[in-house]
Amino acid sequence: MSPTESAITLTVNGARRTVRVSPSTTLLEMVRTRLELTGSKECCAEGECGACTMILDGEPVNSCLVLAVETDGSEVTTIEGIGGAGMTPLQESFLTAGAIQCGFCIPGMVVAATALLERIPRPTESEVREGLSGNLCRCGGYSRISAAVMAVAGGNAAT
Amino acid sequence: MTWFEYQRPQSLGEASDLLRKDDSVALAGGTDLLVALRHRAVRPALVVDLKSVSDIAEGIEVEGDRLRIGGRVVMSRLTRNQHVGRHFPALAQAAAVVGSVQIRNRATLAGNLCNASPAADTAPALLAYGATVIASRPDTTRSIPVEEFFTGPGTTVLERGEIVTAVELPIPPTTIGSAFARVTRRRGVDLASVSLACILDPSGRARFGFGAVGPTPLLAESTFDELATDEGWSRLLAVTSPITDVRAGAEYRRAMLHVHSRRAFQAASEQLRAAT
Repeated sequence: MSPTESAITLTVNGARRTVRVSPSTTLLEMVRTRLELTGSKECCAEGECGACTMILDGEPVNSCLVLAVETDGSEVTTIEGIGGAGMTPLQESFLTAGAIQCGFCIPGMVVAATALLERIPRPTESEVREGLSGNLCRCGGYSRISAAVMAVAGGNAAT
Repeated sequence: MTWFEYQRPQSLGEASDLLRKDDSVALAGGTDLLVALRHRAVRPALVVDLKSVSDIAEGIEVEGDRLRIGGRVVMSRLTRNQHVGRHFPALAQAAAVVGSVQIRNRATLAGNLCNASPAADTAPALLAYGATVIASRPDTTRSIPVEEFFTGPGTTVLERGEIVTAVELPIPPTTIGSAFARVTRRRGVDLASVSLACILDPSGRARFGFGAVGPTPLLAESTFDELATDEGWSRLLAVTSPITDVRAGAEYRRAMLHVHSRRAFQAASEQLRAAT
């Protein structure tokens, strides 16, 4: 038996979208499979790793722990919504600092770091580490990721 | 994930009626529930989203000599609230270490209590501060002291259809000392192996809340005189019964409990001395 699908309308990366979803679809699944925005990654699927981080109504969340139906009327920013045609200074900084290894955690890292810099424009290194503690990097590239964020925030990057 | 229906009621009455059904579950922040749904640890026919219920407040208000934290208040809100920071620092500290930034933006204080994990991060502070849980149905509302709220791992005294609309804390009439401690395997996104909060008041009373060292979060009370002796400490900690699990062994938990309880008592005593 398949439960009732319902239509929800939300704003994704500035565009209004109406999608029919079943109640058990997560925000992440909807964005990846229905909206075909595959930058956000599914990894642990239980809120540990942060690879699926999106900005929901102004705050970073794990999109694997949000039901799509909960986001009716909400505003969502995914990695695809960060920067326009080019990259943001933060994304450039990730490249310059050599912060990207396999790359799987990077969309979540960039979204989380973008949200962090919006809340704290000039963070200390410990604020950066705390702010990104919900994002795991299995390559272990934390020092360079932290340095990339510090560099763009005008802090003294520890390289 | 399992199949379920989803409802987002607007009123407490509607929500309560939906939650009276045996196979329904309440959804607040979803940070515990969605994991349980994915692992099929719960298989509800209906998920009742409480986020649009207007009778469940989203704010944190001072009401006379109490602070009322609405049932929809999320952890990150708690950590940034000036009243919580000023009157209940151990609660602010506890809320600040729940999961990660992403989790704290979704997880609610009420949900942390209702999930009733023995390791619930905010429970020790709420126990030590003497908080009460406000549980409502359309016809009745009751105030449940936090120490009477938990009945076992994952279970509470809440009846079907009863919804936590707020958590209330008595604002301390005098300066008190407080401390919070938490032992984890790693710094971020981990459940506590041991957690505790310690509240001291100038009359010489000590209240401790303990997490992850028994089937529920636990309250223990003592006095400064009692805690001047090793026997006093043994009596205080006798309420706990740590077990061995993936996060820590029982022996390690017991050792950490002793060390961190004493350190918290020390820190809270110094705070109290400095302020009085």
